[in-house]
Amino acid sequence: MANLFGGLSEKLNHVFSKLTKHGRLTELEIKQAMREVRIALLEADVNLFVAKDFVNKVSEKALGQEVLKSLSPTQQVIKIVNDELTELMGSTNAKLKISDNLPTVIMMCGLQGAGKTTLSGKLALHLKKQNKKPLLVACDIYRPAAIEQLKVVAKNAGVDVYEEGKKNPVEISKNAIEHAKKFGFDTVIIDTAGRLHIDSELMQELVSITENVRVDEILLTVDSMTGQDAVNVAKSFDEQLPITGVVLTKLDGDTRGGACLSVKAVTGKPIKFASVGEKLGDLEPFYPDRMAKRILGMGDVMSLIEKAQEAVTEEDVKRLEKRMRENTFTLDDYLEQFNMIKKMGNIGDLVGMMPGLNRGKMKINPDDIDERKIERIKAIILSMTKKERKDPSILNFSRKNRIALGSGTSVQEINQLLKQYEQVKMLMKNLRNGKMRMPFM
Amino acid sequence: MGFFSKIASALKKTKDKFSDTFARVFSIDRIGEEFYDELLDALISSDISVNTAMEIVDDLRDKMIEGSVKDKEEVIETLKETLIEKLSVAEPIEYDYPLVIMMVGVNGVGKTTTIGKLASYFLKLKKSVTLVAGDTFRAAASEQLSIWADRADVRIIKHGEGADPSAVVYDAIASAKAKNTDVLIIDTAGRLQVKTNLMEELKKMARVVDREYPEALFLKYIVLDATTGQNAISQVDAFDGAIELDGVVLTKLDGTAKGGFVISLCYEKEIPVAFIGVGEKIDDLEEFNEEEFVDGLF
Repeated sequence: MANLFGGLSEKLNHVFSKLTKHGRLTELEIKQAMREVRIALLEADVNLFVAKDFVNKVSEKALGQEVLKSLSPTQQVIKIVNDELTELMGSTNAKLKISDNLPTVIMMCGLQGAGKTTLSGKLALHLKKQNKKPLLVACDIYRPAAIEQLKVVAKNAGVDVYEEGKKNPVEISKNAIEHAKKFGFDTVIIDTAGRLHIDSELMQELVSITENVRVDEILLTVDSMTGQDAVNVAKSFDEQLPITGVVLTKLDGDTRGGACLSVKAVTGKPIKFASVGEKLGDLEPFYPDRMAKRILGMGDVMSLIEKAQEAVTEEDVKRLEKRMRENTFTLDDYLEQFNMIKKMGNIGDLVGMMPGLNRGKMKINPDDIDERKIERIKAIILSMTKKERKDPSILNFSRKNRIALGSGTSVQEINQLLKQYEQVKMLMKNLRNGKMRMPFM
Repeated sequence: MGFFSKIASALKKTKDKFSDTFARVFSIDRIGEEFYDELLDALISSDISVNTAMEIVDDLRDKMIEGSVKDKEEVIETLKETLIEKLSVAEPIEYDYPLVIMMVGVNGVGKTTTIGKLASYFLKLKKSVTLVAGDTFRAAASEQLSIWADRADVRIIKHGEGADPSAVVYDAIASAKAKNTDVLIIDTAGRLQVKTNLMEELKKMARVVDREYPEALFLKYIVLDATTGQNAISQVDAFDGAIELDGVVLTKLDGTAKGGFVISLCYEKEIPVAFIGVGEKIDDLEEFNEEEFVDGLF
């Protein structure tokens, strides 16, 4: 997710950094800024009309007296852009509908290759974690081995599949719901075949399912890398069905994901989930406000904190704190720190979420962070004896040579690591003495 | 359906859209800043990259200032020419046998389906074809490829799920040499271009082909979904950086998407479009033709 919306936030920051140089905004300046905002949006795959509409709204508000007279017009403009962006994406997180009349029936639909089958599995696992009992239903009777794929996905998620081979999807859906009622499944997830929105025959098949069984949620699966066409697809599916929500897939790429803005704008339907990785657990609720902040390069602190809480226990933190206080931070602790970061996920992702690290002079390109380097550091420390880890000052050339051989690295790399370790120790000492403050703490 | 009627009908939907957007641009009477802005937007909204779109507009502006383009009719003609020119920058691909084609791309673009179609394409050229199930990651991927192998009636080399894809490639090359197979088409798992470790895996597969089969012509094709937006450029950059791409297969052109990004690809990256996918049937694969593509767009 590191680069998600990165380009757009870069562009907007660039636009506003120009504005920051002046104290106040003139109408002409706003106009110029808005032109760049519009191109940035288009470059991020936001639909042309949605982008224009957005820019008009923001310009109108920005051109108001209030802004021009305010002390910090740039901040005001950023706030307006942020608010409008959040609103465009749907203000609050929308939850899945749960039917009073069990089972709740969810139908997945979308273009070919959007990621429906994988997503069905992810959704099933997500519900299972909430103590629900989901049933996956194989209704993609067209694509070769699609049923097989759903079965494997279901097995990995530890949920059941209902399939009748290549029979009529309407019949399969009916029977699946009966099956669910009989065996106590509370949620039915129907995986349908990918289809083009202009394929009226196949679109009719989806309509028939909704006419013959009660469907509570119709989720449109949208590939977040979709370009300008996202609007046509979403509009067309919505007009024919209509859909109740949207799920974004493949958000772990470096797409700017403007498609999600477009889809929300043209259908008015909420984006309910975002799929953010290859593993079955990589499904997140969609938070429009967080996403908007990311677009503006304000960092996604909330996600970062959540990730940290998941990966690091309170005892871990306390222990480290104590070491820092007592100045007994050893190479073992250094190693543990790396392990903690690793547990939080991809380092590039974390950098992308860090406020201030994704813009301007502080910009760190996530690609520059070599995860393998960390593996090498770990290998070096693990090749040391306990005594050496506690007191690296005893490391003479012969010891270093042994470690280099053992870890498959070089003495040079070991020296580099020791230098870094000393720097971290020094930084901690300064922090403890209050000479420096940790960023955003 | 014949070759031309198929490409024409696949591009017709494309045409309807493109014309709509451009009709609005050309309804502007005076060719001034407003016109250029609208034209830029229209080009970008065809998923042509911002850089290329800006360049096209600047070219046109220069020609207007020179006075070589006078009225709107000429503007449209000039635009068309510029687009064809840009598409023609990339050199077309010539085949030689034995041939190895490795298909790469992000998830869900249609790699496996395209391989089925390619198998049928080479069979029609009277070449023997073997498919290689190099996607050992996605659930049921090799089953899906097996079905395509059955449909096209060609051999398939596969290992179990989770196997090392490079090992599958290695075995396939040994088999191709033993049986004098003309064309080996390697399927690979879909991977997002930002996943460094998966890109390394791809490099390894390519190295196996280079090392074990130096006498074969080895082509690496990226499969791109026409519905993709500006991210297509980033996909090509990353895959090209890892394994040096030889060509593009543009799929799903039977929808309403325009796939305008290929103009940037041919021009900026000099990577040619080898084939286009226009449907789900085994013969829904056509060779790319710049003029037809641009004609279709307008």
